[in-house]
Amino acid sequence: MSAKSVAYTTCYMCACRCGIKVHLQDGHLRYIEGNRDHPVNRGVLCAKGSAGIMTAISPARLRTPLKRIGPRGSGSFEAISWDEAMRLLTERLAAIRAGDPSRLAMFTGRDQSQSLTGHFARMFGTINYAAHGGFCSVNMAAAGLYSVGGAFWEFGEPDWEHARLFLLFGVAEDHDSNPIKLGLAQLKAHGAKIVSVNPVRTGYSAIADEFVPITPGTDGLLVLALIHCLLEAGHIDTEFLVRYTNAHHLVIDAPGSAEHGLIARDAEGRELAFDRDTASLVPGSATGINPALNGTYVLADGRRARPAFALLAERYSAAEYAPEAVAERCGIPAATIRRLAAEIAEVAFRQSVVLEQPWTDTNGRRHAQMVGRPVAIHAMRGISAHSNGFHTCRAIHVLQMLLGAVDTPGSWRYKSPYPKPIPCGVPPGRPGATPGAPLSGAPLGMPTRPEDLLLDAEGEALRLDRAFSWEAPLAIHGLMHMVIARAYEAGPEKIDTLFLFMANMAWNSSMNPGEAIRMLSASDEHGNYRIPFVVVADAFASETVAYADLVLPDTTYLERYDCISLLDRPIGSAHGPADAIRVPVLDPGRDVRPFQDVLIDLAGRLGLQDFADAQGRPLYTSYADYIVRHQRAPGIGPLAGFRGADGSTFGRGEPNPEQLRRYIDNGGFCVHHLPAEQLYYKYANRAYLEGAREMGFIGSSAPIVLQLYSEPLQRFRLAAEGHGARVPPERLRERVRTYFDPLPFWYAPLEQAMSDPARYPLHAITQRPMAMYHSWGSHNAWLRQILPENRIYLHRALAAELGIEDEDWVWVDSRNGRVKCRARTMTGVNRNTVWTWNAIGKRAGAWGLGRGAPEFRRGFLLNHVISEFLPAEGAAAPHSNSDPLTGQAAWFDLTVRLEPCGPDTSDETAPLLGANPLRIRRATENTP
Amino acid sequence: MTQVPTPAPGARKLGLVIDLDTCVGCHACAVNCKEWNTGGEAGILPDYDKYGEQPDGVWFNRIHSYESGTDGHSRTVNFPRSCLHCENPLCVTVCPTGASFKRAEDGIVLIDTDICIGCKLCSWACPYGAREFDEDNGVMRKCTLCIDRIYDESRPAAEREPACVSTCPAKARHFGDLADPQSKVSRLVEERGGVDLLPELGYRPTNKYLPPRQAQIPTTPREAPARPAQGIGAALLQLLDKALSR
Repeated sequence: MSAKSVAYTTCYMCACRCGIKVHLQDGHLRYIEGNRDHPVNRGVLCAKGSAGIMTAISPARLRTPLKRIGPRGSGSFEAISWDEAMRLLTERLAAIRAGDPSRLAMFTGRDQSQSLTGHFARMFGTINYAAHGGFCSVNMAAAGLYSVGGAFWEFGEPDWEHARLFLLFGVAEDHDSNPIKLGLAQLKAHGAKIVSVNPVRTGYSAIADEFVPITPGTDGLLVLALIHCLLEAGHIDTEFLVRYTNAHHLVIDAPGSAEHGLIARDAEGRELAFDRDTASLVPGSATGINPALNGTYVLADGRRARPAFALLAERYSAAEYAPEAVAERCGIPAATIRRLAAEIAEVAFRQSVVLEQPWTDTNGRRHAQMVGRPVAIHAMRGISAHSNGFHTCRAIHVLQMLLGAVDTPGSWRYKSPYPKPIPCGVPPGRPGATPGAPLSGAPLGMPTRPEDLLLDAEGEALRLDRAFSWEAPLAIHGLMHMVIARAYEAGPEKIDTLFLFMANMAWNSSMNPGEAIRMLSASDEHGNYRIPFVVVADAFASETVAYADLVLPDTTYLERYDCISLLDRPIGSAHGPADAIRVPVLDPGRDVRPFQDVLIDLAGRLGLQDFADAQGRPLYTSYADYIVRHQRAPGIGPLAGFRGADGSTFGRGEPNPEQLRRYIDNGGFCVHHLPAEQLYYKYANRAYLEGAREMGFIGSSAPIVLQLYSEPLQRFRLAAEGHGARVPPERLRERVRTYFDPLPFWYAPLEQAMSDPARYPLHAITQRPMAMYHSWGSHNAWLRQILPENRIYLHRALAAELGIEDEDWVWVDSRNGRVKCRARTMTGVNRNTVWTWNAIGKRAGAWGLGRGAPEFRRGFLLNHVISEFLPAEGAAAPHSNSDPLTGQAAWFDLTVRLEPCGPDTSDETAPLLGANPLRIRRATENTP
Repeated sequence: MTQVPTPAPGARKLGLVIDLDTCVGCHACAVNCKEWNTGGEAGILPDYDKYGEQPDGVWFNRIHSYESGTDGHSRTVNFPRSCLHCENPLCVTVCPTGASFKRAEDGIVLIDTDICIGCKLCSWACPYGAREFDEDNGVMRKCTLCIDRIYDESRPAAEREPACVSTCPAKARHFGDLADPQSKVSRLVEERGGVDLLPELGYRPTNKYLPPRQAQIPTTPREAPARPAQGIGAALLQLLDKALSR
């Protein structure tokens, strides 16, 4: 008689956090399916999630802690006990902390426990902490949080139910996975039009009603041309602008002064507007006024000021943004841009969605209906992965504001607990006064003025990755892609231990893996490594593990507790805040520990505040214990549901010892459903804002004013013009002045602008195969049957021109090197763009794959021809290949040339790095 | 040779309706099918060389993506392919042992692997490539329409559908009785002009495919002004002159 059981937990085959129902038979996995009650995936499950059963038995799983015994990269390790591993780590980190805590650089990759890992870094006292956002989508996050107080993907979603026109910018297949697919089906069911703006027609773009094969990096120009058309036609929701944005706020026009470009304020600090009814200056927040959106006005002190909208309208009405002026650069005919603008206006203003749902705004005004502009937008990596991505994303948010299509029926909506104040205004934490002291705040924050940056006395970066310095002032997710290069540059005085969790930095997570490997392996004449100590925590034998000095084997997602927290990256939707847990459904059966348990143990051993009591005794026995008992603020903990002694409150409430049990009984998640009157206009919806304040999501229920014009950006620009106490060093002045424009603008992606178009005439980008999540997916026994090797895809016409046929071997050359791969031709691709699937190629010996695996021999990474640095200009050190505002890795700025390899070439990719499989010496016979 | 039974009056015709307008080609159906069936009554769907040079295995469902048209208006079509449970299944009539059979009561085509001799005649007879050979056991395998789910009364009624249908994130797969003109699937076929694959071959597949659609928004785009723009245009100035209330 076999024993069957069912457990509910959260998937982690990608980052989407779907609810899963796991069927077990005699303790073994039988079947994983979507949880029908779960708010994220509503019962469906993608290919990755359905293949979790094979990841759980992957031969790539690490089995025991490891200590390096051969040279770095050799793969030679000794299996050690957890006692020894923890002792080694604790001794090392305690010594660092006693001297200079910032010599620990902790970068936690695709971490879903950042509220824990960030808190650890804060209490340890190191500013050198971030997760993988800097090479993922910080441009989307930052542009959103600085413009609308939410963001695409993580903090917002289209109103699938009511949208009539959906614009999808760039590759988005990984973020979101199931929610976007469910949404596309909903759009299709009610006949909405889907427009895909993407150089490549695969994935979601395949089912778009219209495919706009844009030239990579020109999306911002297209969006500003659409705005030009809407302005030209007068298709703007001016009522929305004056009610919910800062369009009518007066911008000081005093060139050369320290306040030029800032918002004019009254004595009480309130932003001013001009009321046309009384012909007077009034607070922009006043009701019953008739604010001017155009014109020039004289302030009390005699200076002139203009409504922000007037600046915007003038800029984008200019001929340089006309469709005819941008068409060639974007690769989109002007007539198409004009038609798209007309379709947007048609849907926004003639097909408005009206919900008979009364609501009350923050001024106490009762509205009988909710009126929406059913144009919804989603944007992701195609926008984010360019060095102009911040401004491009901001341009999209400006387009949404001009249409009145922010959190109104049919438009893009906030996922709870967003919106937040814009920007939230909590700056990054600073180092404590003494080595053992915690940072003044969380290591990642949102600077709004130069004073918030983390700079030394010379105005240079305090952080290793140079986040929050003049090189990347708004690097709110850090720059993980730069950490190895910067650690290598800085040397042992600045960095002792590089602690990596869940990111494959010696391979597909690095721009230029060859360089990353060289720097990780570099040593001085005494054999001392330039980066002294590398700790890698991972569940699998990735390419990076071979470069660790100490390996902490993590469990798979089916073998541990986790929380998907409102303090971090929750699973809330437009319908309400929600969070979830993971529970162990399998016994690991090997000597591994959940990374979060290890971190809590480590924090206890180090005696960190909030993790140990005054006597230095650990406060928590495990992550599960921490999830239930830790309080970040009174009544606020990692999980929002079932709080209070009786488990009856959501959001705020004392810890409930039965909380995890309640989550388990509820299917592994908890949703707080917002009442219908709170579902839209959340930035100005009184009932919503008051509820959000009570639950601890926001500090005040004041309206959140959408930032058409970004004053914080202007503050940085003024500093670059020499105003204020903190100004950029001379070499960065012009850069900061140029890019800190308070209104979005388009510039050629930095690498493209420095590249010779005659030598490298093609753009090269990656797309995300829907059945894979980077290197996690491509070692899975089922998923690798679907896509075991990748090709470089190019347009048929281009292929004909270059004499390339399907399956030919070609060289992809860039300024950074060359990679050899096989070609495949297609039609649905921008004529001057080549592309491939992301993260299929692997290094021989890694991921538990056999010798001849196609992933090694024919799979390839475009990363080999990407550099984390821009070309050097003159004698100055090169800039990182990143967005100059946010530090986002500019993966998609790459330009290349293609060249056939000819008939005599080998049947293998290049570069082909030597195999370095793990060779593990067992210390004793008894070691598992 | 194996007989195809004459359907009894009122017999059901169970099958799938697959919407090519919404299928994004994500492979969820294929993987979830493999996952359900390999651990269930269908028996293991083997994988060969799982971590080696030529990873391959038995799948009841595979997705093919291709472009139709080669001009600027090409379309990428994702095409899931599995057994179509034909009304005239030559895969059944060619079977020398009766292992390949069609059920009279619901039209599902199945293989009795206990009496399959692995001669592969059926896979040659199937023009859709829906059958895959199990090298480990020397027998033919194919989609069962999740017969162990759809009749499992221990499952809630709403969950008695094939795994591929339950898991499809794009809701591109529908399951039902195509003999009942009022069923959801029959109505979909009717409304959307569902088609048979290769109808000219006369296999009369039960499964239907719904062709891609193209939503449009009729508009009259504004023409480019005769002269390049100079400052804020007249239409916007007129709008900005209107009184606003905040």
